[in-house]
Amino acid sequence: MSIRVGKTAKAPDFPAAAKVALQDQQLRKNVHHATDVIRNKRALRVQEMDDWQELRQAAHEIKEHTLAHLDHYLQEFERNCTAAGGTVHWARDADEANAIAIGLIQQYGGDEVIKVKTMTSDEVQMNVALEAKGIMAHETDLADMIVQLGHDEPSHIVVPALHRNRFEIRDIFSKKMGLPDLTADPEDLAAAARSYLRDRFLRVNLGISGANFAIAETGSVCVVESEGNGRMCVTLPDVLITLVGIEKLIPAFEDLEVFLQLLPRSATGERMNPYNSLWTGVHAGDGPKEFHVILLDNGRTQLLASKMERETLDCIRCGACLNACPVYRETGGHAYGSIYSGPIGAILSPQLNSLEHSRSLPYASSLCGACYEVCPVKINIPEILIHLRGRVVHDDQQTLSGNLSQMNLAMKGAALVFGSRRRYEAAQRLGRMGQLLFKRNGQLEHLPGMAGGWTRYRDLRALPQQTFREWWKQRQATAPAPESEAR
Amino acid sequence: MTPATSAREAILARIRAALPADRAPEPESITRTYKRAGNLPREACLDLLLDRLTDYESEILHVADESGLPAAIAQALQNAGETRLLADAAFPAAWLPAGVDVVIDRNLSIEAMNGIPAVVTTCEAAAASTGTILLVHHGAQGRRAITLLPDHHICLLHRSQVHELVPEALAAIAEHRGEPITTISGPSATSDIEMTRIRGVHGPRNLTVILYGAI
Repeated sequence: MSIRVGKTAKAPDFPAAAKVALQDQQLRKNVHHATDVIRNKRALRVQEMDDWQELRQAAHEIKEHTLAHLDHYLQEFERNCTAAGGTVHWARDADEANAIAIGLIQQYGGDEVIKVKTMTSDEVQMNVALEAKGIMAHETDLADMIVQLGHDEPSHIVVPALHRNRFEIRDIFSKKMGLPDLTADPEDLAAAARSYLRDRFLRVNLGISGANFAIAETGSVCVVESEGNGRMCVTLPDVLITLVGIEKLIPAFEDLEVFLQLLPRSATGERMNPYNSLWTGVHAGDGPKEFHVILLDNGRTQLLASKMERETLDCIRCGACLNACPVYRETGGHAYGSIYSGPIGAILSPQLNSLEHSRSLPYASSLCGACYEVCPVKINIPEILIHLRGRVVHDDQQTLSGNLSQMNLAMKGAALVFGSRRRYEAAQRLGRMGQLLFKRNGQLEHLPGMAGGWTRYRDLRALPQQTFREWWKQRQATAPAPESEAR
Repeated sequence: MTPATSAREAILARIRAALPADRAPEPESITRTYKRAGNLPREACLDLLLDRLTDYESEILHVADESGLPAAIAQALQNAGETRLLADAAFPAAWLPAGVDVVIDRNLSIEAMNGIPAVVTTCEAAAASTGTILLVHHGAQGRRAITLLPDHHICLLHRSQVHELVPEALAAIAEHRGEPITTISGPSATSDIEMTRIRGVHGPRNLTVILYGAI
């Protein structure tokens, strides 16, 4: 089995990648601007909903219920989609999903496909797999086009090109579309994308989409979008292939009333996104004549056993946690080394990879809890981050180098010291003597080893000459007897 | 076993192995304490819709009843400087304006539709709180492509079709849940460039809503 999440396996650790990102002033400016705008719009649109918390709770319960009965709902979806004329395929991992898609494209005889934004296809690196077979995939979402034409990687779940400003986009489009006079006016850039893609929408006969929701009760698929490129891709081609992560299931049509209120407000700060498309199998005289669904596992089932880890699969990919995260807002998405960035990426990527890659991501957080607060499906991201840190530490302790690492030795030492009063007090006395080497004006400077990471950027007050306990003991010994109560 | 079957069985087996065996087969009850029924008077509900549609920069025209529809459609075309109009074969001929080149969709090719500037359709319901129009693509609502390729969508909305909340509007179309459904909230838009909302990318750049009939 080969579970792959984008190019995660080759990505550098977060601290190293973040250091590079933090040097890029333009990137930080772009990310600050974009996340500020979405955060403010979201806050405005959430504030006007007096049943927001009730909607969050319902969404959480629906997702938890679906995942607890995932086998049941997947089969119900398969039954209903098939009855409506669709074909359902199952893929254990990225390679299997790509092989199914390639097989279908070759069967219908095409060497071009139009695609509507799907993070899941980025996860399985479908474009790369298609290209290797001589199939050209045209991304049609404006941001995805910017990423594809700029040979870039998505840096945000909802707005993948959020790290680019208008001038950078103008340069990419101007070069790739052969438009030397293109201006950096967003209207002109959007118009350029419209005319660049128009003929492809009309000509290309194969469409590939993802799914925001797959409804078990009806076998329907729902795609949430803004530009109309999604409608083009799911309506105009004769053949449509939809890649669906198995966690995208919801039980009933009725459940959409919860998610279609939460998702747009959380994702883009709109009351409703311009377009939602729903279809069920094949509709005679309307839309594709052949419809294929690929249900993808790619590591998801590994998250089901633990109730806490399972919560990660509740995610509806709104990106609100990214926009709220003080870490993401400084580094942008690329530093996470995974197409799933920000707080949700920090818990999703390592788990999909069985903690073999992205092991530094659970630490890419200050645990401030902003992500949990904005999450429309109430995923307790900080708690899962701590849980995963525990798993990483436990894993490391199984190896000799991990066991002898500075951090592990320090923590074991600390556990020993905190384990008894005698050792604790001895450590305090030792610390008071040891700190003399580093003490200047009441502050500790240039501490050695890991502690140096702290003192390089921050003040650390020296240990006082007397601890509280020592002071208390002394006070008890010297204090006069308490006065009798005046009456 | 074919590879496809084995992938299916393998995934289902992984799920069953991960989850407790004694799971209740009956669906658990979900706490649905969020608002599922609106409380605005009809007039206020309509005003709310108008506010949302205006916010999306949609054009709004008002007529009393069906007899005013041809003139309103003609007005919408004139405002946009258009003279050709696409409509489904089921669209009532009496509602179409005179003096306009009307193309009826009888299995038109995509190329043929692409050249027509405007389309007129009915719809199934609307949600005021989000300014959303819902189409289930039967009858005069036309198939999905006709409301997608022309740059101007003129949508007729009967005032009685307006619901206050999203759950109410979805409930109103629930009997068509197996049909293709499109919800439309304003013209096509993107915010992908520096989060600036730009109207009109691939879908219709102009949306006109004509309100008619009794509340």
